[in-house]
Amino acid sequence: MIPLSHVIIFSLVIFFIGVVGALSRRNVFIVLMSIELMLNAVNIALIGISSAVGNLIGQVLAIFIICVAAGEAAVGMAIVVALYRNRFTVNVDAFNLMKW
Amino acid sequence: MKILVPTPDLTLLGPEILVLVLACGLLFVDLFIPRDRKGVVGVLALIGVVAIGLITAAYWPGLSNPVTTFSGTFVMDRFALMFKEVFLFCAAITILLSLRYLEIEGISLGEYYVLMLFCTLGMMIMVSGADLIVIYLGIETMALSVYVLAGFMRFDKKCNEAALKYFLMGVFVSGILLYGIALIYAATGSTQLSQVAQVIKERGLLNNPLLMLSIFLLAAGFGLEIAMVPFHFWAPDVYEGAPTPITAFISVAPKAAAFAALIRVFYYGIQLLMPHWQLLLWIICAVTMTIGNVTALLQKNFKRMLAYSSIAHAGYILLGVVAANQIGIQGIIFYFFAYAFMNMGAFGLAIYLRRADIVGDQVDDFTGLAQTHPVAAVAMVIFLLSLAGIPPTAGFVGKFLLFAAAIKAGFYWLVVIAALNSVIALFYYFRVAKVMYMQNPEPLPQPVPGRGLALALAVVCVLTLLFGIYPQPLMALAKGTAHTFMMAFIS
Repeated sequence: MIPLSHVIIFSLVIFFIGVVGALSRRNVFIVLMSIELMLNAVNIALIGISSAVGNLIGQVLAIFIICVAAGEAAVGMAIVVALYRNRFTVNVDAFNLMKW
Repeated sequence: MKILVPTPDLTLLGPEILVLVLACGLLFVDLFIPRDRKGVVGVLALIGVVAIGLITAAYWPGLSNPVTTFSGTFVMDRFALMFKEVFLFCAAITILLSLRYLEIEGISLGEYYVLMLFCTLGMMIMVSGADLIVIYLGIETMALSVYVLAGFMRFDKKCNEAALKYFLMGVFVSGILLYGIALIYAATGSTQLSQVAQVIKERGLLNNPLLMLSIFLLAAGFGLEIAMVPFHFWAPDVYEGAPTPITAFISVAPKAAAFAALIRVFYYGIQLLMPHWQLLLWIICAVTMTIGNVTALLQKNFKRMLAYSSIAHAGYILLGVVAANQIGIQGIIFYFFAYAFMNMGAFGLAIYLRRADIVGDQVDDFTGLAQTHPVAAVAMVIFLLSLAGIPPTAGFVGKFLLFAAAIKAGFYWLVVIAALNSVIALFYYFRVAKVMYMQNPEPLPQPVPGRGLALALAVVCVLTLLFGIYPQPLMALAKGTAHTFMMAFIS
């Protein structure tokens, strides 16, 4: 039996890898992957907590999150494709038409 | 093993189901409408939204007490009802604002109206969610539609950029919100707000570190749509880049939805941690107002200026949340109606100025409007007065209620900061009035407003004035709502 604290710490580590990746990487796709990592860290935490507290709410939410993440990926890719057609780049730093 | 599934009371979901049916129906109808007549879909959507708004209002008498369904995960109360009316009103006005604009921009597609309805559906679920899972699903339903709407002019570079910025920020923050939900679940073993509150009370989790952390994460999660500091960076860029009717829409409706969800979670779920979240929101409130107003002073783009102004307004509305009393909730509900009237009106004027080759979103585009379009200029002045909170407009009454709530709760310094901010706000609102009245117009092709736009502007203008001069009916409704909402909070 893995103690809950291990699961939470593991998920926190993955979550912060995701946060750092999302904030520091310049390629839109890597940023999207980092955000997916954050969501999966939440899933791990939820499933661990679910088995620790002994009800199914966490697992239900985890399945919902997987569905929503799929929808988000679809919308995100669509936006990136539209952007690439106009700008021919996927570098986040290049998207600076609007400032202050 | 036999699993008992309780039968949900679907009549409580009437408004949501009707919006969903309307959206799916329009998606189907859209197939049979020729490309150059997509405005028909908009008109049908408008009729549907108005009808649903009336049907939703019919729920009012039966809701003297909150009614829950789906095992207590979905609640219908007057608080949710009032916010649903705000969303439906915003959707109706936005459709009116869009009809001509979309043709000018060459993006007149049926999906636009359908996405707006899905967005409305998400917000309606959000304000009725009594369970963090339902609230999260509402947020995502709303957000995914809004990302697409924000990037709807897909051949426009600025618009693409706005959509991407909004999307990345939104998804990032929804991850943070989810972690907050996971922490609450870890601490209490439930995501249902009433059970969370009960467990906190029974086990005395008043200083539980997981819950403390979750306050921050939840505030961040809702704070994005509210556009409160430090999650306000997306707002100016998205407001500038998105199609203007959508800017009008996202400046009011998602903000209202996020406020409603924040209030429900904080007041009903983690109410016993009030000293902690009150302090956090106090600070955020003061900083949000100040940053919004000071930065708005520097803007030359009208949409950007209104973006910072909307950040400042989020700060004023936070006054009511921090106060956590009946007048506060009353003020928030009243203010969101007033804010819907005046902000939609101000953005409507920017749409009014949109004509071939001229975007009409710079402050300078308003130059000499008083000479060329005196009626539009007067309407603009009314909206600006209301935004600045000067009588006799609805914005004044709303702001007065919010300030009164904060004073009653004893947050004197916060009210002082808010009052100083209101003075700063006068400056940039009246800069627009100044260029309209004190400068001469340049010889440019003059805008001709569409009928939908004229109707929308007339409606919001009349309502802004009406509820400024005679606010009693709306105030009474807001008071009744706040009364039933706060009864459950105190007990």
